[in-house]
Amino acid sequence: MVKIPNNRAWWLVLPVFLLVAFSALVPLMTVVNYSVQDIFGPGQAYYVGTEWFKEVLTNERLQDSLMRQFLFSGAVLMIQIPLGIGIALMMPKSGMKASLVLILLAIPLLIPWNVVGTIWQIFGRGDIGLFGWALNSMGFDYNYTGDTVDAWFTVLLMDVWHWTPLVALLCYSGLRAIPEAFYQAAEIDRASKWAVFRYIQLPRLKNVLIIAVLLRFMDSFMIYTEPFVLTGGGPGSSTTFLSQTLTTMAIGQFDLGRAAAFSLIYFLIVLLISWLFFTAITHADKEK
Amino acid sequence: MKQTRSKNIGITIYIVLLLTPIYWLLNMSFKTNQEILSGLTLWPENFTFANYATIFTDPSWYNGYLNSMLYVSINVVITLLVALPAAYAFSRYKFVGDKHLFFWLLSNRMAPPAVFLLPFFQLYSSIGLFDTHIAVALAHCLFNVPLAVWILEGFMSGVPREYDEMAYIDGYSFPKFFVKIFLPMIRSGIGVTAFFAFMFSWVELLLARTLTSVDAQPIAAIMTRTVGASGIDWGVLAAAGVLTIIPGILVIWFVRNHVATGFALGRV
Repeated sequence: MVKIPNNRAWWLVLPVFLLVAFSALVPLMTVVNYSVQDIFGPGQAYYVGTEWFKEVLTNERLQDSLMRQFLFSGAVLMIQIPLGIGIALMMPKSGMKASLVLILLAIPLLIPWNVVGTIWQIFGRGDIGLFGWALNSMGFDYNYTGDTVDAWFTVLLMDVWHWTPLVALLCYSGLRAIPEAFYQAAEIDRASKWAVFRYIQLPRLKNVLIIAVLLRFMDSFMIYTEPFVLTGGGPGSSTTFLSQTLTTMAIGQFDLGRAAAFSLIYFLIVLLISWLFFTAITHADKEK
Repeated sequence: MKQTRSKNIGITIYIVLLLTPIYWLLNMSFKTNQEILSGLTLWPENFTFANYATIFTDPSWYNGYLNSMLYVSINVVITLLVALPAAYAFSRYKFVGDKHLFFWLLSNRMAPPAVFLLPFFQLYSSIGLFDTHIAVALAHCLFNVPLAVWILEGFMSGVPREYDEMAYIDGYSFPKFFVKIFLPMIRSGIGVTAFFAFMFSWVELLLARTLTSVDAQPIAAIMTRTVGASGIDWGVLAAAGVLTIIPGILVIWFVRNHVATGFALGRV
């Protein structure tokens, strides 16, 4: 659509601008202000410049948690995107059955995040949980509170359980938007199942997949509640991700300056990667 | 057809796996603590509603649900009210700084809530809104408003501008056109937006917990209370968990027909 240049449109955007400015800019300024000061108490703050940033960038605990975060987000994307496409391909196309599958699939998305943690905390326990009990009785030595590998396995499994439906729903709607004529043409050409997927379905899913990757990346990069409830970040700090490290620092230890500097770096990383995705989306829009 | 059958089997297996953890929670919520701790039973032997009764008779429990519902509703209303005109502006007009503004809005959806935790706490405390429903609703606008603008803009771009012009020629004023003609045309878009605003506000805990202490405490925060001196009250915890799932299922039931089309038309 051709857009008309009209600067009075600002009046329509103004409420959003003010609201988001109030709840985003004011706090952000506070964070910037903290990040350049050393605060001992009310009225006792000293300007320290970029000291905190240097501190944070060389802090080993933070580097470790950043590495874990990238590893986790990477693993999440690698598992959930292909699995989500697969599920979308298997879903019934229409009718009562399709609605039922849609609703059942969406259930995990609507459970409060701490309840998701609680569900898996119970489910994975060896004594009272079905999953942990089943694994133990099959002879696996499974204990997510004591073993690093088991803890990672459980956190990943939980996230796959929780968020794969979102990817599947997105892909499903993308598949529904493909005209039936495309499939008929493929049938006439006697195209194989794989060829239909590779040359018809996958290209048509491109835009939806970009959005899925973007959403899953952002949200997995900010994950806090679920692992916090499930493992508490342990054993040791093996499942402590960025948000939890930051929250402990800001609320737990009240280490304002360092937490603020850390916040800004954290935000910039997410912003940078998301900006790359965003450019990709607008680029894809132009090609359409 | 052999192919359809193997697909059906595949999706059935997935759904069963998906529901197993929820089945286990439901199963536990009908058991007594004694039975939970004494061993694994696939079906409650002494079927009991006592865990649910505990929640429904104790105000400090059921108030948590009311608090959550209240701030989620306020949030959905605010989100829609401010996002609708803005999305219209973005879909119809070119204005100074529109692209930058759009990206700036979206960047707030990307901001990790943990970053804003402390400043939010201080901001809302200093203006006297700490521990109120409106504070949580406003805080959740941070990520819901950008998402709503994004989704609605996609829907509105699908409506040809001829409608706007026709209404103008017919003598409709802008507000009348917007409410009477335009909004009904993007019904499913509004439905999908409300669904997502509800969803992200309902499931969020970090901000909701930080900004409240007693009067507006969400159910998710109250659930941590089940850890008492005598250990965890598993039965009540499971029952409380089951009750948090129900509003979500109701909402998805209402928008089930819009979600598939909504996902495709909008850009969720």
